[in-house]
Amino acid sequence: MIDIGLGHYLTLGAVIFSLGVIGIFLNRKNIIVILMSVELLLLAVNINLISFSIFSGDIVGQIFTMLILTVAAAEAAIGLAIIVVFYRNKGSIRVEDIHEMKG
Amino acid sequence: MINNLNILLPEIFLSISIFFILMVGVFVNKSYNLVTNLSFLSLIILILIIFNNDNTSIKIFSESFVRDSYGNFIKILILLGSIFVLYSSQLFIKENNISKFEYPIIILLAILGMFFMVSSNDLILFYLGLELQSLALYILAAIDRDNTRSTEAGVKYFVLSALSSGLLLYGCSLLYGFTGSTNFEIINSQIDPDSTGSIFAMVFILVGLAFKVSAVPFHMWTPDVYEGSPTSVTSFFSVVPKVAGLAVIIRFMQTPFANILVEWQSIIIFISVASMILGAVAAIGQNNIKRLIAYSSIGHIGYALAGVATGTISGYKSSIVYITIYVVMNIGVFACIFLMKKDGKYTEEIKDLSGISKRHPLLAISFLIILFSLAGIPPLGGFFAKFYVFMSVIESEMYVLAIIGLLTTVISAFYYLRIIKIIYFDNLIKPLDQIKNINITGTIFLSCFILITFFLYPAALNSIVNLAFDY
Repeated sequence: MIDIGLGHYLTLGAVIFSLGVIGIFLNRKNIIVILMSVELLLLAVNINLISFSIFSGDIVGQIFTMLILTVAAAEAAIGLAIIVVFYRNKGSIRVEDIHEMKG
Repeated sequence: MINNLNILLPEIFLSISIFFILMVGVFVNKSYNLVTNLSFLSLIILILIIFNNDNTSIKIFSESFVRDSYGNFIKILILLGSIFVLYSSQLFIKENNISKFEYPIIILLAILGMFFMVSSNDLILFYLGLELQSLALYILAAIDRDNTRSTEAGVKYFVLSALSSGLLLYGCSLLYGFTGSTNFEIINSQIDPDSTGSIFAMVFILVGLAFKVSAVPFHMWTPDVYEGSPTSVTSFFSVVPKVAGLAVIIRFMQTPFANILVEWQSIIIFISVASMILGAVAAIGQNNIKRLIAYSSIGHIGYALAGVATGTISGYKSSIVYITIYVVMNIGVFACIFLMKKDGKYTEEIKDLSGISKRHPLLAISFLIILFSLAGIPPLGGFFAKFYVFMSVIESEMYVLAIIGLLTTVISAFYYLRIIKIIYFDNLIKPLDQIKNINITGTIFLSCFILITFFLYPAALNSIVNLAFDY
């Protein structure tokens, strides 16, 4: 049996975080996927904070996590609202259709 | 406990007035004017409260919130900037159908977020303030919801800003893990300059902050969002969040990262140089004045960061002086843009300004003064701002930074002078509409007056900033 330590949790966090960043940059299809990637970023941070908190015996990290969960919900709500408004004007939420302004 | 609440009075007052004004907006019909006037009233009362606030440094709520003279100065600057932005944009808001009662309330919420951001002494409070500010700004960018460009600006700003918040938060989590605390002072004492983890955390946090002040290489959103969102919102974006962002960068350099200043400095120098160069070069080919101002504001943030890059108190002071004068100039330039209206429609094309000096001599001369000041031509205020920054850069013997700064000033003078040439020497195609509005002309007059008379007594602003850093 391997002993699961702090390093494993941090690696998991880093992998999920990188998946989120890659999802935002490589995604060419749909804005909703970007929204999901943003949630992934915040979840990776939560994993980090909780594992740090458990392994150092300090409760602050877990409190921080609760607050981040709240903020993530608010951010998703506002993001979806903006996407709905965009869809009403443009009739599409494809990433290629966000090109009105360039320069 | 009651004492603590006294220290938090500005924030408590602002929160309660937001709730109250929101209720007024919901329950009164056609309440835009009422809500705007109430917002002005609460902002002005807030300035008085902060003036009366004691300036000694005190930390409350298990040292997560700090009240000091630096925070008070930045808060007053934020409030004055927002009041004038809101004041000068009234006509534009009404004529463009964005006079919804939510508009001033969202601005108040953003201000509340910035207040917590600049006086935070703890990563949790800092993050919550930052998010409150950004969430309000996402909505503000997309406020003209029937306009494709405005909503597109909202989507772009939301995606990139959420990414940068994620990076910043990842930095916060690493910092918490490697120092064992979220408190700035404990981080400062626990941080290990040799550990890669701390440097990593610092870089992530700096990326998030650089995004908020739109410094290169995290500036991609700036031109698009500035162009797409309504001019009144652009004017707010270009002034108030920058003050708060710069103030937080300086606060981070002073407390949590004071021990790894060398690493932090080298990144700031890179960001500053890149912003100055991009701001000068990319603005040259622009035809849309809001886009041009966006690139010019990137350049100005570069100069302000040059002062921060020195890592000395006099450098920080020069940056704060710079950002104060930048606020005055940008409020003035946007007030001028509010007057650009042709055939009943607001225009943003620079070519529509051609030859207007014959019909609108006053608008032309105010454009001239403000653009000369942005270019840094003596004896206007903008020159002194650059002068102080470069003085402190040279005093700390960073000659390369100073030389690059001076070169980019010369390059950027080109595009400011191009607008002035179009206004004064090109042929008049069609005059702009006559707009008589005391709000806009008053703001332009005040801005020009400050910029022209600044050279009479430049020590005034300096001594105020000195007081702010005296804690």
